[in-house]
Amino acid sequence: MTSISEDSDKEKVHSVSVDLNNDASLVIDIPDALCERDKVKFTVHTKTTLSSFQKPEYSVQRQHEDFIWLHDTIVETEEYAGLIIPPAPPKPDFEGPREKMHKLGEGESSMTKEEYAKMKQELEKTVQVHEVFLQRLSSHPMFRKDRNFQIFLEYDQDLTVRRKNAKEMFGGFFKNMVKSADEVLISGVKEVDEFFEQEKNFLLDYSSKIKDATAKAEKMTRSHKNVADDYNHISGALNNTAADNNTAFKKHLEKCAEVFEKLRVSISKVEDRMASDQELKLTELLRYYTRDIQAAKDLLYRRARALADYENSNKALDKARLKGKDVAQAEENQKQCLQKFDKLSESGKKELTSFKARRVVAFRKNLIEMTELEIKHAKNSVSLLQGSIEILKSN
Amino acid sequence: SNDAENTAAHHRNTLQFNTYSHRKQLFSVCVTLSEATEEVSLDSPERQPILSDGPSPVITPVTPVMISSRADVFDRSPDQDEDEEENRDTFDIQISVSDPEKVGDGMNAYMVYKVLTKTSLSIFSRDEVCVKRRFSDFLGLHSKLASKYMHMGYIVPPAPEKSIVGMTKVKVGKEDLSSVEFVEKRRSALERYLLRTVKHPALLKDPDVLQFLESSELPRAVSTQALSGAGILRMVNKAADAVNKMTIKMNESDAWFEEKQQQFENLDVQLRKLHASVESLVCHRKELSVNTASFAKSAAMLGNSEDHTALSRALSQLAEVEEKIDQLHQDQACADFYLISELLGDYVRLITAVKGVFDQRMKTWAKCQDAQVMLQRKREAEAKLQHANKPDKLQQAKDEIREWEGKVQQGERDFEQISKNIRREVGRFEKDRVKDFRVVIIKYLESLVHTQQQMIKYWEAFLPEAKAIA
Repeated sequence: MTSISEDSDKEKVHSVSVDLNNDASLVIDIPDALCERDKVKFTVHTKTTLSSFQKPEYSVQRQHEDFIWLHDTIVETEEYAGLIIPPAPPKPDFEGPREKMHKLGEGESSMTKEEYAKMKQELEKTVQVHEVFLQRLSSHPMFRKDRNFQIFLEYDQDLTVRRKNAKEMFGGFFKNMVKSADEVLISGVKEVDEFFEQEKNFLLDYSSKIKDATAKAEKMTRSHKNVADDYNHISGALNNTAADNNTAFKKHLEKCAEVFEKLRVSISKVEDRMASDQELKLTELLRYYTRDIQAAKDLLYRRARALADYENSNKALDKARLKGKDVAQAEENQKQCLQKFDKLSESGKKELTSFKARRVVAFRKNLIEMTELEIKHAKNSVSLLQGSIEILKSN
Repeated sequence: SNDAENTAAHHRNTLQFNTYSHRKQLFSVCVTLSEATEEVSLDSPERQPILSDGPSPVITPVTPVMISSRADVFDRSPDQDEDEEENRDTFDIQISVSDPEKVGDGMNAYMVYKVLTKTSLSIFSRDEVCVKRRFSDFLGLHSKLASKYMHMGYIVPPAPEKSIVGMTKVKVGKEDLSSVEFVEKRRSALERYLLRTVKHPALLKDPDVLQFLESSELPRAVSTQALSGAGILRMVNKAADAVNKMTIKMNESDAWFEEKQQQFENLDVQLRKLHASVESLVCHRKELSVNTASFAKSAAMLGNSEDHTALSRALSQLAEVEEKIDQLHQDQACADFYLISELLGDYVRLITAVKGVFDQRMKTWAKCQDAQVMLQRKREAEAKLQHANKPDKLQQAKDEIREWEGKVQQGERDFEQISKNIRREVGRFEKDRVKDFRVVIIKYLESLVHTQQQMIKYWEAFLPEAKAIA
């Protein structure tokens, strides 16, 4: 079982989105996560002054599937059609470490320090992304009032029963099937509103670019970690050759052993930290916004659907007037479609504008933090390397 | 962006130049000589036949080697040697292998390298000599040196390896990056080979070495071709050696040799592992470079697509930084390879040569044992003849006994000699190894420092750009 606890740096280091948790009336965080076999149990901690909650503080255990349930219920809520729905956190993926965890459970081998560190990194990432999801909900004026959200935060039993509601599962599946048509629908809309025309063009282009950038960043990060791993092996191997019991050079060799250990720290560990920080700040940022862009596109899709519905209702009204039948009903339908469309447009405009602002701020914060960390690690590495060079040069 | 390109190109050239001159410095040698420890006859020996006419597949020279009458010279401990060096005059020699040129075309084409020797040593006829040599010339030199010195226990530096695949590409005229890299790798290996060879005090004075470095015309070493008669015989000899090694059971009276052999076995295994790890590093570093360049392009496109002006600008700047970092990775991969990986490869081959001299000692011992067995037989034969009435045969038997007594004495002297030589050679090898590794590791760490300092520069230049996003 592996767990991580909140440390003071965490708030600074992990945040792909900013200005969350600024409102003290509802503050959410995930201070702890337990990894058991291949299930992760998140501890969701809530502090609130809102009267809608029964207690001022809660601490509940939730699994990834609970977050997905919450996301899906929100997506399917008609009222929220004009909002950008915060993207669901991706399933925790432990790859290699998971196999090791299985073996650990069966009492077999023990984890090496490196494997443990990798597990911890994965855990950090997944906690960050689940936490941000909840914080997006809590900081939004409408989502924070959602009934299911409150249940998620409050209910002290596990949510398995609610999740297994067959109807909801089926509904979710259906929705995914329809989604693939969205891009065609969005681009097909004859847009009169210039704001939405621009947004549409921007989102369609940007989403493919950011997806590509995410994939390339992932590859780059992986290579970087491979290099760090190699240095680890090399330092170990260098240490072995220096351990020669050649008494004539014993003093020199003892010095070598000291240097090689220092090198292992300065080169291998630093490279590894550089790679992970780049991943947390850059790759995770890109991953998150790829999903967020998709959520924005989903909003455009819903609006395009509403527009199509409105246009259809117009045609139906004309037909009804021609036939002289059910005109009142058709008029009512048309009025409702127009209302829905207008509401979506108004709310959509606000959401998309604040989305851009949020994106810009997040990129700025993360790029600055990444750059500062890279500089810090590089400076650290330089001083360690120079120390080693001094030792080797001195006789 | 042009500025960035120019700086990058300049930086690349500068670093390459530095690496090259570093390599030269790395291997330029201060050789200390003293006339008193001259061990080798300066009479130029005739071309050594590869074929041996002795019973065992040991290569024997035509002219006997003059061993210094001062036997105590070889009884020194490594510490004493060091003190002696302080008192000697120091001369120096610098060798460079450069300017590879393709001669001819098609499958008969070959590369010719310029070998430049700069020295103040008196055994050379000039201060500066420049000759042209091809790869087989180097192999020929090594083959001669091995045949002359290995059986005496000298560690003869091995020549660079042949590569049929690599050379074929060059012959066929492929001007691509891999053939250019191959030629550079070979050029560098040839240079290191020569420098190691002249670092050896005995080899430096060898007439074949002098001829190689100075003579404008060198007779072609045809026997170095892999599929020549001599090449096939070499392979047969190698196999015979392997079999012999298995059958010789030496009574090791000297613990030093047993210990050292074990040490070299261990070192062999460790160096091979280390070499494999470094090769993995070179490979991954190249991958990192490719992936960084690819990400840079993608980030630039993302910047173009971004509709927020300041963020768009920052993303383009990020793309430029990543491009520069990619260049850093490429240069670092170069250093990884030329400084560390190739050095390790050289040492893996050198260890094989070291193990070879230990084997030679075993063979010498075996020869000595064989002679003793023969002597015993001759004595027994003579004893038998004492009672037969064959005065001629008896005389012959007595002559043979004297002959084999001589051989036994020679065998024992040879064994003592080779043991002494090996102790000295191993001492020298270990001192050189420690120095070599220390020098190379320092150079490598300095290259890492340089890379990190460049990274700091690039990121510090980017930071205000990131902060300017509003």
